[in-house]
Amino acid sequence: MSDRKTLQVRQISGHSGPSAGFDMQRDPEVCKLIDTTICIGCKACEVACVEWNDMPFSPTTFDNTYQTMPETRWNFWNLIKFNEHQREDGTIQWLMRKDQCMHCADPGCLRACPADGAIVQYTNGIVDFQQENCIGCEFCVSGCPYDIPKFNPATKKVYKCTLCSDRVGGGLEPACIKACPTGCLKFGTKDDMKYVAEERAKQLRENFGFKDAGVYDPQSIGGTHVVYVLHDAQNPERYGGLPKNPVIPWSYTVWKWLFKPVLGTFALFGLVGVLLHYVTVGPRLPQPEPQLKKEGSDVQRS
Amino acid sequence: MSSAVERFDDKARDAFDRIGQNEVYVGELQRHRVYTRFLHWMVALFFFLALFSGFGIYLPWLFRWFTPIFGGGPLARALHPWFGLGFVIFFGLQALNWIAPMTWTPADTRWMRNLSNTVSGKEKMEPSDTGFFNGGQKAQFWEIVGGSVVYLITGIILWAGARTFGRWAVAVSYILHDISAVIMLGGIFIHIYLSTIGEPGTFRAMIRGAVSEAWAWTFHPAWYKEVTGRDPVEACEEARKRGFIARP
Repeated sequence: MSDRKTLQVRQISGHSGPSAGFDMQRDPEVCKLIDTTICIGCKACEVACVEWNDMPFSPTTFDNTYQTMPETRWNFWNLIKFNEHQREDGTIQWLMRKDQCMHCADPGCLRACPADGAIVQYTNGIVDFQQENCIGCEFCVSGCPYDIPKFNPATKKVYKCTLCSDRVGGGLEPACIKACPTGCLKFGTKDDMKYVAEERAKQLRENFGFKDAGVYDPQSIGGTHVVYVLHDAQNPERYGGLPKNPVIPWSYTVWKWLFKPVLGTFALFGLVGVLLHYVTVGPRLPQPEPQLKKEGSDVQRS
Repeated sequence: MSSAVERFDDKARDAFDRIGQNEVYVGELQRHRVYTRFLHWMVALFFFLALFSGFGIYLPWLFRWFTPIFGGGPLARALHPWFGLGFVIFFGLQALNWIAPMTWTPADTRWMRNLSNTVSGKEKMEPSDTGFFNGGQKAQFWEIVGGSVVYLITGIILWAGARTFGRWAVAVSYILHDISAVIMLGGIFIHIYLSTIGEPGTFRAMIRGAVSEAWAWTFHPAWYKEVTGRDPVEACEEARKRGFIARP
């Protein structure tokens, strides 16, 4: 992972052809592991994200919780979500989850995006927006199960977490990982992180009494390149609306790649059709009005 | 309601007649007044602005060369809803203007049943009951009325986005919006063809507003009869019967 090969393009949005150089070499898939059970909500990752990506100070909104703002913004990609869950015995569980792009293996944003090259997926699993190709249609917003892409009305383009593709391409871990003081955030290959996550979940189940502890790596979208260890993997919704079975609308898979080009061609047949009609059947010309002559007098024109 | 619409239309027609002119030369008939022509070309302008800016959103990998006309992809995307709004407003006014002559009649059903003969050129004559608009024109008109309603509803959903109406509303609207656009795109080729080279003499109906009498009786015999009181189709049959015109 210490060379530039980690940023080999795998998929390109709106692009029908193959990606140049795809499958030419072996690449490990990267993964960010977020262990929500040892997150202390310090927000160091929020600050590191803003710092590294050179984003301005973002005004916070106070809503009587520790949460910095209600949701991520176009220039604030990393947000800790604080949620209080009341257990059946009346005790409170304080759940903290670092919310950011999940870098899905089957990215809904990339499926929905019509613009050639505005969203790319690297072979290491990172899904990255290329703003110079973005047309600001915001279809990616409806494609995303996690409500991550955010529109900037000033530039009319959409932004989100890059998993620090610039750092990863240079052999470094993402900025949020670097800043985490508790070891809640880890970064490595997908295989390694899944192993660590499963071991941790097992430990939580066996030694700490969290019977439903587990790993969040939803297979409905082919898994994600950000995985969570949750106290209660049966109810991920408790962690600020994490969907249990995230889905991409079928219209973006079936419609876009089959019907759109077919129907576009069909409409162009209208052009071909009228031209063929012109040269085969030919135009209908206005005919002179027949004059009915009766013994030399024009009776019809009265 | 309908009388209010009629009063509005009459006022608008008279106002536009004061601005523009309806010149009818000898051997011609008045077909479209200034107000109708104005609306038609405003609808056409906004239709093509919306169409060309929409191409870049529909299939950018094929049609991205349209977007520089509007200042690039993001600007084309930002302007597209406004063009669409212009289209819907002007077509809405045209729909009110044309609601009476576009009303469907049994003659139009017969016209549509006879469509294959008309298209293949087997039937050179329009049926004698073809009025101001024929069945095909009315079908296209009502398709655009329906399509515009679909455009407006789904367009507002797409404009406001997934964060207002939800992901699934956008995902479904996107399909309906595309279907409506593809149907209208296919229709516009037929419309332009028939109004220019397909049926020569038609285009001036939307430029000066007048058509030749020959054009009128050939393509809209019932309307011609209504306006002039003459029935050339009947006259033609009569002439054939008496042997003045050879049978084809």
